[in-house]
Amino acid sequence: MITLIDYKAGNLTSVRKAFTHLGQESVITDDPEVVRNAKVLVLPGVGHFCTTERLAASGVRDAVLDAISRGTPFLGICVGMQWQYAGSTEAPETKGLGLFEGSCERFQTKLKVPHVGWNQIQRTVEGQNSRLLEGVPDESFVYFTHSYRAPVVAGVCAVTVYDEIFASCVERDNVFGVQFHPEKSGDTGLRILKNFCNYAAERSAR
Amino acid sequence: MSIGITKRIIACLDVTKGRVVKGVQFVDLIDAGDPAELAHLHATSGADEIVLLDITATSDARPILIDVVRRTARQIFVPFTVGGGVRSLDDASALFDAGADKISINSAAIKNPGLITEIAERFGSQAVIVAIDAKRKTGAAVSAEGTIQAEAYLAGGRIATGLDAVEWAREAESRGAGEILLTSMDCDGTRAGFDCPLTAAVAKAVNIPVIASGGAGSGNHFVDVFKAGCADAALAASIFHFGIHDVRELKSQLQREGIPVRLPC
Repeated sequence: MITLIDYKAGNLTSVRKAFTHLGQESVITDDPEVVRNAKVLVLPGVGHFCTTERLAASGVRDAVLDAISRGTPFLGICVGMQWQYAGSTEAPETKGLGLFEGSCERFQTKLKVPHVGWNQIQRTVEGQNSRLLEGVPDESFVYFTHSYRAPVVAGVCAVTVYDEIFASCVERDNVFGVQFHPEKSGDTGLRILKNFCNYAAERSAR
Repeated sequence: MSIGITKRIIACLDVTKGRVVKGVQFVDLIDAGDPAELAHLHATSGADEIVLLDITATSDARPILIDVVRRTARQIFVPFTVGGGVRSLDDASALFDAGADKISINSAAIKNPGLITEIAERFGSQAVIVAIDAKRKTGAAVSAEGTIQAEAYLAGGRIATGLDAVEWAREAESRGAGEILLTSMDCDGTRAGFDCPLTAAVAKAVNIPVIASGGAGSGNHFVDVFKAGCADAALAASIFHFGIHDVRELKSQLQREGIPVRLPC
């Protein structure tokens, strides 16, 4: 059972639909106790970084940190991945989880921002044995839509280039994040979600 | 590895009464099949996105068919946009609940531009496409300053608004639109090519992606709209429905022309 964290910004239907397609049941919640006791956590995110402030106010932030420290598999998508960093210049007052170093910043490119559409991912040296990307060839295409990008720091397992190089996948122990939308990235995206589910299943079998 | 984003090929399903239809210049509709089946077919044959437009919802003054959207969304794992008859935040919410990733608004945005902001604040700009049906003004294709004179229409091309298409695109962006879907009413259904000058005028006026629509009839038309038209994405309906073009074949041609596309897909 996958627990999808709802923070009242955007749309969870697509993510849920993808897990359903993979044969995974899911539940949607904004209750910190449900989050704390979840078997598997997913934070789908769209919209402004400041919306994650609601997670702190409601106690979900602390519950997520608790769950992570106890080994609960946790996947952040889009803003959900950015939230795993220290913060974002999109909302400097709003604190991220600080699981990865540095802050997200707006693209500096002269190309159109937001970065919308299909772009490629490339493993980093650290990402050669990534669980999330198992069976996913380098240069696979995935679907992005974002204006802020995360820095390439320790824990980044894949990067993407949009004029600038940015982090498109992060992974450390039981924490995973993707800047793109795996639920909208065709077979590649479904494979990544399946890899996460497989990791979670192995972990709970232990 | 590419250094930028790929150009997107979008398959569009024009739907009325729950069936996909195709007309010429917005009239004379013929049946092209079931939306859910066609959407799945397009997504698995290489389309980068699927758009479903309920083309008579506004003119019939009825809400969009939610059950068709839900059924269509179920098996699509590429971005899925729905438009036609979205008049309020509640209409948009219902479509997102049914599985849409983006909504496209046209008439309602012209009548109430605040709706763009309202939906963007709740669901994010990436989820809001403002669709502009534009028609060149007769006898004034290009003004003295070299700008294109085109007017935005509403209700599926039935009512002229007096709004300049380029200006309206700019305003839509400033109000929170994440993308512009620009349909040339002059070219739509003709299969004689996109309106590249108009597309380029809009694409240069805004900093958000512009999807060109109307007139696709051959692979060369796509090459033109990505090169001369500066489009970020191109949308077509009939050429995909009736199998004139395989999306992968089209993408191979674009790749040979040096246009970055998602291939293999």
